[in-house]
Amino acid sequence: MNAMVETQNIRMMQGNEAVAEGALAAGCRFYAGYPISPSSEIAEILSARLPRFGGRFIQMEDEIGSVAAIIGASLTGAKSMTATSGPGFSLMQENLGYASLAEIPIVIVNVMRVGPSTGMPTSPSQGDVMQARWGTHGDHPVVALAPSSVKESFQLTVEAFNISEELRVPVILLLDEVIGHMREKVLLPDPGSLRVSERKKASGPREGLLPYKPDADGVPPMALFGQGHRCHVTGLYHDERGFASSSPANASALIRRLHDKIEMAKDRITITQGVGLDDAEVVVVAYGSTARASLRAVKDAREKGIKAGLLKLMTIWPFPAERVKAALGPKVKHVIVPEMNLGQLVGEVERAVYGAAPVTPVSKVSGHLFQPVEVLRVIEDAVADRVGFTNRRGG
Amino acid sequence: MPEKTGVMTAEEKAREHIRMQNLPHIWCPGCSNGITTRAIVRAFEETGVDPDKTVVVSGIGCSSRTTGYLDFDTLHTTHGRPLAFATGIKLANPELKVVVISGDGDTAAIGGNHFIHAARRNIDITHICYNNSIYGMTGGQYSPTTHLGDRATTAPYGHLEREFDLCELAQAAGATYVARGTAYHFVPLVNYIKKALKHKGFSFVEVISTCPVYYGRLNGIKNAPDHLQWVADRSVTVKQAEKLTAEERAQKYVIGEFVQKEAPEYVENYMRLIESARGDNGDRNQK
Repeated sequence: MNAMVETQNIRMMQGNEAVAEGALAAGCRFYAGYPISPSSEIAEILSARLPRFGGRFIQMEDEIGSVAAIIGASLTGAKSMTATSGPGFSLMQENLGYASLAEIPIVIVNVMRVGPSTGMPTSPSQGDVMQARWGTHGDHPVVALAPSSVKESFQLTVEAFNISEELRVPVILLLDEVIGHMREKVLLPDPGSLRVSERKKASGPREGLLPYKPDADGVPPMALFGQGHRCHVTGLYHDERGFASSSPANASALIRRLHDKIEMAKDRITITQGVGLDDAEVVVVAYGSTARASLRAVKDAREKGIKAGLLKLMTIWPFPAERVKAALGPKVKHVIVPEMNLGQLVGEVERAVYGAAPVTPVSKVSGHLFQPVEVLRVIEDAVADRVGFTNRRGG
Repeated sequence: MPEKTGVMTAEEKAREHIRMQNLPHIWCPGCSNGITTRAIVRAFEETGVDPDKTVVVSGIGCSSRTTGYLDFDTLHTTHGRPLAFATGIKLANPELKVVVISGDGDTAAIGGNHFIHAARRNIDITHICYNNSIYGMTGGQYSPTTHLGDRATTAPYGHLEREFDLCELAQAAGATYVARGTAYHFVPLVNYIKKALKHKGFSFVEVISTCPVYYGRLNGIKNAPDHLQWVADRSVTVKQAEKLTAEERAQKYVIGEFVQKEAPEYVENYMRLIESARGDNGDRNQK
């Protein structure tokens, strides 16, 4: 019997499809988006699947309107998401900031392709890591997750919804094109076994309600539209009543709280995985499809007698500096950071390592994914301590 | 203490829909936004909307600050985007009445795309546009409805571009109720807004508004009453306009109702789609 159930849950699917299924499993009931490669399958699947769950799908006139629409839907209580790629992600930055300041739970999926501009629309890249962090204006906090397999695409989509609901924040899911389009076998978890979070909701009489007064966790219960609260939501700095305020004390307290609520939850929302770190002399820090090539490279290095380890990051923002520090054992001599960009997250790794070992970026920006051997060569170079090894730049 | 009669005064009725604690408003002395806001509140009173099931959404600009003063669920969004936010609200929760308040820059410049597509979908939203033909909040720059030859702080030599006729734009894009009123003609304005609120589908009411501090001062209109009188003098009814040449009409505000028709409404159609999708057993993964 159990075997039968398991068989039913085994599926051959694409990363983009896993995102759509993960969203439905997490309770997503509203999608607004605009077509763009290599993310369009997510929209296509949800246009068919959402109505069957009583959910809503709308193809908006652009990506700006897409984020606006999911914020509007979320304000009425619907778990909401959109999906896009680089050029669309650029357009989404405006209302991403709105969701951050007004504390609206939404999930934005960015299946990264090669940029800037139209770039190479169906080739993989990890070029939007810093845009995810700093793309919208102002000193905002952000949460971003990056899966490295189809299974993780499902799991991290559920997690993205959970974090966005628990903390009332926009959460960004960063896939790279390889992860979005790759097909592999996945065992989908039994829906009943999934941990699915719901946002705290405001209750009680509307007189005296302070919709932006936080609980001890820094998160205010959300006053949904249509419940008789008659609340005001604005992208202006606002006081606990929700109305515009430019008082210096209020401004400082508000923006600090938006950061603090994430900081307080940081350990809980940080997902990383270590392989062979205990005795590692060379530590590879990687995420997305690059982490797959790195895992293979680390295994191959071990077979050659090199003490290599991998720290795979699935939460990349807020940057898990503590996990990076903890991954450095007493024997570590080198840290290697392969990325499909010219070095974005490597700077964060350097800050975390803080001189404990040399940190070497490995860049690949040709629109091709990393081969394990490319990472392996760098590991070998590192242990051999070849001249001019540090500060090298890859293909 | 006077005995309670059970009959509310006009002011008491208005207070039902206004956040008195947020007054006085931020608008300049002489601005017509107060008149238009009063017309909206009057229309709310007279159509008997449920304040707990009505959401008022606005963009950015002087007009969009109206939402801070109205006692509903209110959403003050980003510049040009209120219709896109409103689309999400209405589609996610069709039982809510959704009203958008926005200005001419919001509606026709930065938000022009959302405007035409909301009209095309015929989504059940009432959009009220305060058209003062200028960017007031940022200091008097020209907008898509600034009149040819008039001055603005970014048109110091006179404006070179033709202006949008927002009602024609709404009509061409598919809006199913379209009317233009002015802040001078209060009673007909209330009437148009009431009809828009009762209309099923995308309804659009343009309100010719005044900005004496920028538009007026830059264009030789001496004070706020003169500016309202200037609007009145330029206004003609739809019927009167029929007798004018195209050139004469270009110098006028044509006020009245332009479209009032029934057409399939987007959210109702979507709810039917849900019913039929749920009845279709073709997908083994269906819940």
